[in-house]
Amino acid sequence: MKSLKDVAVGQSATIAKLHGEGALRRHLMDMGLIKGTTVTVVKVAPLGDPVEITVRGYELSIRKEEAAHVEVL
Amino acid sequence: MATDIRVALAGNPNCGKTTLFNRITGQNGYVGNWPGVTVEKKEARLSSDKNVVVTDLPGIYSLSPYSPEEQVSRDYLMSGEPDVVVNVVDATNLERNLYLTLQVVETGLPVVIALNMADLVEKSGDKIDAGKLSQRLGAPVVMISALKGSGVDELLRTARQEAAKAGSVPAHRFDSAIEGVLDDIEKLVPAGVEEGKRRYYAVKLFERDELAAKAISLSPASAAKVEALVAQCEKDCDDDAESIITGERYALIAHIMDECVKKAPAKMSTSEKIDRIVTNRILGLPIFLAVMFGVYYLAISTFGTAGTDWVNDNLFGEGWELFGAAMPSVPDVVTGWLEAAGASAMVTSLVVDGVVAGVGAVLGFIPQMVVLFILLSFLEDCGYMARVAFVMDRVFRRFGLSGKSFIPMLVSTGCGVPGVLATKTIENEKDRRMTVMTTTFIPCGAKLPIIALLMGALVGTSDATWIAPLFYFLGVVAVIVSGIMLKKTKLFAGRPTPFVMELPSYHFPSIRSWALHVWERVSAYIKKAFTIIFASTVVVWFLSNFGTAGWEGGSGAFGFLPDMEGVPEEFTDYSVLAMLGGAIAWIFAPLGFDSWQATAMSVTGLVAKENVVATAASLLHIADAGETDPSLWAAFAGMFSTMGGIMAFGAFNLLCAPCFAAMGTIRAQMNSAKWTAIALGYECGFAWVVGLMINQFYLLAQGVVSVWTVVAVAFAALILFQVFRPMPKGAWDDEPAAAAATA
Repeated sequence: MKSLKDVAVGQSATIAKLHGEGALRRHLMDMGLIKGTTVTVVKVAPLGDPVEITVRGYELSIRKEEAAHVEVL
Repeated sequence: MATDIRVALAGNPNCGKTTLFNRITGQNGYVGNWPGVTVEKKEARLSSDKNVVVTDLPGIYSLSPYSPEEQVSRDYLMSGEPDVVVNVVDATNLERNLYLTLQVVETGLPVVIALNMADLVEKSGDKIDAGKLSQRLGAPVVMISALKGSGVDELLRTARQEAAKAGSVPAHRFDSAIEGVLDDIEKLVPAGVEEGKRRYYAVKLFERDELAAKAISLSPASAAKVEALVAQCEKDCDDDAESIITGERYALIAHIMDECVKKAPAKMSTSEKIDRIVTNRILGLPIFLAVMFGVYYLAISTFGTAGTDWVNDNLFGEGWELFGAAMPSVPDVVTGWLEAAGASAMVTSLVVDGVVAGVGAVLGFIPQMVVLFILLSFLEDCGYMARVAFVMDRVFRRFGLSGKSFIPMLVSTGCGVPGVLATKTIENEKDRRMTVMTTTFIPCGAKLPIIALLMGALVGTSDATWIAPLFYFLGVVAVIVSGIMLKKTKLFAGRPTPFVMELPSYHFPSIRSWALHVWERVSAYIKKAFTIIFASTVVVWFLSNFGTAGWEGGSGAFGFLPDMEGVPEEFTDYSVLAMLGGAIAWIFAPLGFDSWQATAMSVTGLVAKENVVATAASLLHIADAGETDPSLWAAFAGMFSTMGGIMAFGAFNLLCAPCFAAMGTIRAQMNSAKWTAIALGYECGFAWVVGLMINQFYLLAQGVVSVWTVVAVAFAALILFQVFRPMPKGAWDDEPAAAAATA
């Protein structure tokens, strides 16, 4: 499975599925990370984590650990 | 009298809701907590019409049942209390903002949509068709700029008209397959639920929202039927219910966006340009360090300190000059008044030495604090602090906190009271509690004189630049060590909290909101000066001036010592304070400071750290001595037998539970007696242990060994064990429950 965590900086990917459960999963969905959405990884924080992504026209910061729950095509 | 109209303000974080709230209400509102949770509730009347009450709901992204913020918002909206909802929408980030809008419209309440920052959208070249948007959402849309005030009058007029309506049945519809299921579920919603709200509950039941099912007391039979419908639909769509609804919402929004928004060709926004540099992989950390250095250079080293020195030296010291005319200082003026009124020596002593001196010591910090909070609040309101959290998250996660814990700690360098209050922005309850417990380890403004006094006593000068950073370092280490240790206890065990955070666009905050933010923090400190410090200085004055005349030739009577016959110069040695200090001095004996004076100083420090130096001066009989006075250093150092004792005294006083005001704030913030006790107990215990280790290891280096050496070594071993042992097995077993309880 390829996840959002594996997407290189500057690359875009389309979300295939959200894994995980409960509050985190719902929060990711509420922030607009759902099946079929295109996200772009903009940059990595100076210390290597978290990453900044663009989704639905805004910037979102997400840890690699959470990005691993987001399966991409 | 006309009945009140109740307006609820709802919107995403960073959508300009608070700016709008401040603009339309002025600032004389009620600020408190929503019942049962640590979420802030703000309520105020319109400044243009006192019959309209505006409630500012917390900034939320959704009406899901997972976070306390979202729960209070849902409960309030469905309580029947609000007459109309004003949904503030950030027009520059329309797509994501409309996600909440759809849910707000679903509540069936009359809704007005305030399209904020519409001017910025036009400037970027995009066009939003407000008429069409209003038609699609089934609610009036008003373009406003909360920052500039345009459109706000029209918004209020529209809200008033809508409030008169009974509510509406939400107009938007999802895909027909889902609508069929929702219709079936809606029929199962109990008949008692009014027309406009049935759709809302149907959608919530589809999402398997247990709180909603409970709110309408859904019968078990109906619940089973709903579950069957949802399960069938999930099978048909090959997806889970929450995903289906979220997907439908965003699909609908995509349609609405297509119809109502004409996008100009995308170009890089100013915000993106700034972020290319500010959160740059290489430059990010140096820029952050430079910004922090700048803030403290301005607040502590230049402007702030100039103001503070002026207050201490002139207003409460030698007097000052106004246009060449000599103005007397406050204590001189007050003494003059009292003499003119023929007050007794006792009253003069109480007012001048007790009250004026105590409150003056506190007010002296205000200039520093104002400068600090002006700068920090600006960084927070313009969006930079979110970047700090982004840059620093990796560091903080290491010891069980998130990047957001950083802001309270920065504020705590000024004063712990607003610092503890600033933990409100941390969503996760465990993180919030942990931050509350550890943030006051950071030396606050009032601890600086203690540090200066220690410096003088240790090295004979208050200019030794390496000692003050040493104490900040001690504070930071205490935070880190505590974070790591506590994270491995049952209280805080659990998976690291998710960190999914919006990085809002940079913007210049409105002067009004900015000023209000600074004022909120400074006023928290001023309130403390005039209540707790005021009361405590009176008590300390009483304790140190009253006592039993037990000296040679004394009468043995209890009373105001300075007025007694044959009173010695060192009358405080016979005071109640000396007695109390002596009675509990044994607690601090292993720490190397068992004199009653040092004990009394620590106790008054628990009341307010500002008291410590003043208490030292009065107990050591050095009148009017400040922390920079060499005679005070010598006398202070004389209370201890070793350097280790002095350092242990410093460590204990800097790390132990903060002042009464901060304790009160911790109590309010924790919203639980148990957690308050845990926090304060941990802080004092940790401070004692650190003091013990410093003193005992110092003695050990000198070749002095006692039973306390063993105890100190045992504590050190315990701390090292807890810090370095791996996360206990099973600590993450509570994952689903913990995840559901937080957000």
